[in-house]
Amino acid sequence: MRELIKRYVFQVQANDFDNAGAASSTIKRNLKTIAINPSIVRKVAVASYEAEINIIIHSNGGEMVLEIYEDMISIKANDKGPGIQDVDLAMSEGFSTASNAARELGFGAGMGLPNIKKYSDNFKITSNEKGTRLTIDIMIE
Amino acid sequence: MKVHEIRELLNAKLYVGEGLLDKEIIGAYASDLMSDVLASNYLDEKAVLVSGLNNVQLIRTAEMLDLSVIVLVRGKTPHPEVVEMARENGIALMTTTLNMYNSCGILYAQGVKGFSNERAD
Repeated sequence: MRELIKRYVFQVQANDFDNAGAASSTIKRNLKTIAINPSIVRKVAVASYEAEINIIIHSNGGEMVLEIYEDMISIKANDKGPGIQDVDLAMSEGFSTASNAARELGFGAGMGLPNIKKYSDNFKITSNEKGTRLTIDIMIE
Repeated sequence: MKVHEIRELLNAKLYVGEGLLDKEIIGAYASDLMSDVLASNYLDEKAVLVSGLNNVQLIRTAEMLDLSVIVLVRGKTPHPEVVEMARENGIALMTTTLNMYNSCGILYAQGVKGFSNERAD
């Protein structure tokens, strides 16, 4: 078993466009205080930010969990539904169901989940009507 | 190219980031879609981001990618919260009345190439 060094939990509200990215900004600041390669921090930050935006624009709200291990950073993004109808489709680049409000924010390119997967060393997604759960693991070199 | 040269070429107004005017920029990326910017993991702090998106997500995106220079195009006046967030994150923010195509064209003609997936590295 990996030893957990630190764990932070951030609540993310649905449709809270004004604060979109606040959790990921805090996550990035936390990671900058420990000695991790900046390119790893950037990968975590981008994946976290996309996941946070997804919770805000697509879900009924949820939480982001940052776990720091000796050799790995893990982000969990768990929301309270309504779930993704077709996960395979959502994972394909360019597919989007984003609202106009989300598009006005600069999102809705259909790159969120593909981006998250791209930046992850290990990526898991499960989704049903009760919620979508992402696990994003990024190894520290 | 230095940041102050970008400002001069685009006749841009600098809102925040005086301290970054002598910073060297080696490439650019232009988009209004932040997820497309975020997909660009080859970007780094030596890139200038050219965008017409006038909201805090523009700054958040730059923050996540460690970008430090943004040109807001099409004559948009940045919202105060956008300027403030840029200041908090040490990001230079300037605006030009030029549109995105012409802004990029001017920079490209002066040797600022696009960061892209096609880079050999």
